[in-house]
Amino acid sequence: MSAHSLTKASLRAEGLPRRRAVNRMMESLAWLAAAVAVAILGVVVYSVARRGAPALSLDLITKTPASFSLTPVKQGLANAFAGTLVLVGLATAMALPSGILVAVYLTEFARPAIRSAVGLALDLLNGVPAIVIGIFVFGLFVVGHGQSALAGSFALACLMLPLVARATMEVLVLVPSSLREAGLALGVPRWRTTLSIVLPQTIGGIVTGTVLAVARVAGETAPLLFTSSLVGTKVSWNPQHALQSVPVAIFELAESPDPQDHARAWAAALVLLLFILFASLAARWLATRSRSRMGASR
Amino acid sequence: MAATAMSITIERTVQVETHRHPMPPRERLERIFSVEGLDALYGGKPAIKNVSMDVYKNLVTAIIGPSGCGKSTFIRCLNRMNDLIPSFSQTGTIRYHGQDITDPGVDPVAVRRNIGMVFQRPNPFPKSIRDNVAWGLKVLGMKDNLDERVERALTQAALWDEVKDRLKASALSLSGGQQQRLCIARAIAVEPDVVLMDEPASALDPIATAAIEQLMHSLKSEYSFVIVTHNMQQAARVADMTAFFSISRGEEGQRWGELVEYDATEKMFTAPADKRTEDYVTGRFG
Repeated sequence: MSAHSLTKASLRAEGLPRRRAVNRMMESLAWLAAAVAVAILGVVVYSVARRGAPALSLDLITKTPASFSLTPVKQGLANAFAGTLVLVGLATAMALPSGILVAVYLTEFARPAIRSAVGLALDLLNGVPAIVIGIFVFGLFVVGHGQSALAGSFALACLMLPLVARATMEVLVLVPSSLREAGLALGVPRWRTTLSIVLPQTIGGIVTGTVLAVARVAGETAPLLFTSSLVGTKVSWNPQHALQSVPVAIFELAESPDPQDHARAWAAALVLLLFILFASLAARWLATRSRSRMGASR
Repeated sequence: MAATAMSITIERTVQVETHRHPMPPRERLERIFSVEGLDALYGGKPAIKNVSMDVYKNLVTAIIGPSGCGKSTFIRCLNRMNDLIPSFSQTGTIRYHGQDITDPGVDPVAVRRNIGMVFQRPNPFPKSIRDNVAWGLKVLGMKDNLDERVERALTQAALWDEVKDRLKASALSLSGGQQQRLCIARAIAVEPDVVLMDEPASALDPIATAAIEQLMHSLKSEYSFVIVTHNMQQAARVADMTAFFSISRGEEGQRWGELVEYDATEKMFTAPADKRTEDYVTGRFG
């Protein structure tokens, strides 16, 4: 058979129709898998929106939960939204600086062996179930001292740390080494070069990673169950007390016998979902913006 | 059909600048670097072996040789820039004004403070033109007359007239040649003793190259330059002394660079002592 034969018979002899069929099948399977992933998100967003939208009102974020009464009163989850702000804010304040420092140490200063060891530790920490982190912080801070938003935010910070550190490492390695060399060749110490030349290049990426981490922990329930869940109904900003949070409030309302509470839980879930969606979109937008800026600097 | 026999003779003629000042005898020159028995290794594999040479003050010293002969490795040894590469190691001594800079007790930051460097590809900071020059000055505490110092450095680097009206513009908006001159301005602004240049013109067009060569010529009364170049004409044009590195091959296929010959540029290009140098500078090899 000639090597350049293009007849159907020769193609069939090489099994081309079969290869084509396999190719088509695998392609459809891959397409289907992608469609399922999108569909799951769609179904979740749709069902939460359908059930949550009716109870959605300004009262939800401005009024506090009413104590038991037989007459219907306007109530909301203002305490939970305030608590989530405090908890996530404090967690970010703890995780952001330490995450950046870890990333700077690992990419700029650590020996390769240390870098891979600590990098692995970060990945493991990222994989630790949130409930385990909650129990750990419970044993560390809550036993003997009582619950507090500080303990809760520390638990959330433990979850944020690997996310922030990994995101920062990713952008640090993108900074061209020629910039580091330029700083060092002037006789400038390494820490100063890192601080003034390397880090400013990565702000976009760090912000992106932080926003994603915030979005992730804002929805965490498990770490807060042991650390910040025995709460009052008043709005409080004091981190020394246990504060209500949106995910824990959803969890508690869902267990209530009152259908009104279920509606409020759905509405709170919708607000949380929208916040996470918008935060993720904002992070994406920031990431593309900072990436194009980095590209221009090369 | 008769085949056309065409013989092309490519003759690389190298013009040695004739109007250069005669060089004083070497014994009268002040030594900046005194390199002895330098071996440099990457991951245990030698990149250069047994390099010994002196570098003199207020001269331009060129390092020439084929690709892979260890020119860049050598020049990066002179300001401990190779420290940044984890697998790097070296033996031998490099005396800088008598002090061995390979000594572990020597602070590489202090070494680089005295021995500046300009790299193969322009690497300005993503800051304004002015801040590129001013940053090093500020960090190193040379804050008096900052604007004057910036202007002087940019003038010395033959860039001032082109940028004086847009000092606040991003350095990345400059052309490649301008960026490289900005990098030179940045290096000389902090008043180093020696400026190392690692193929500074390899990414530049002939006009920008000429500008850089011209400024090396006019600045060597204040600084000493060591320049790596794969362009022999450039070495012939700018250098007082020229060192030729070549590749040696071991029995088991290892390759490393070594110093073949080091002499006054004029002698290197007109009457080299080593056959390999002659082959290289006449274009028979490399």
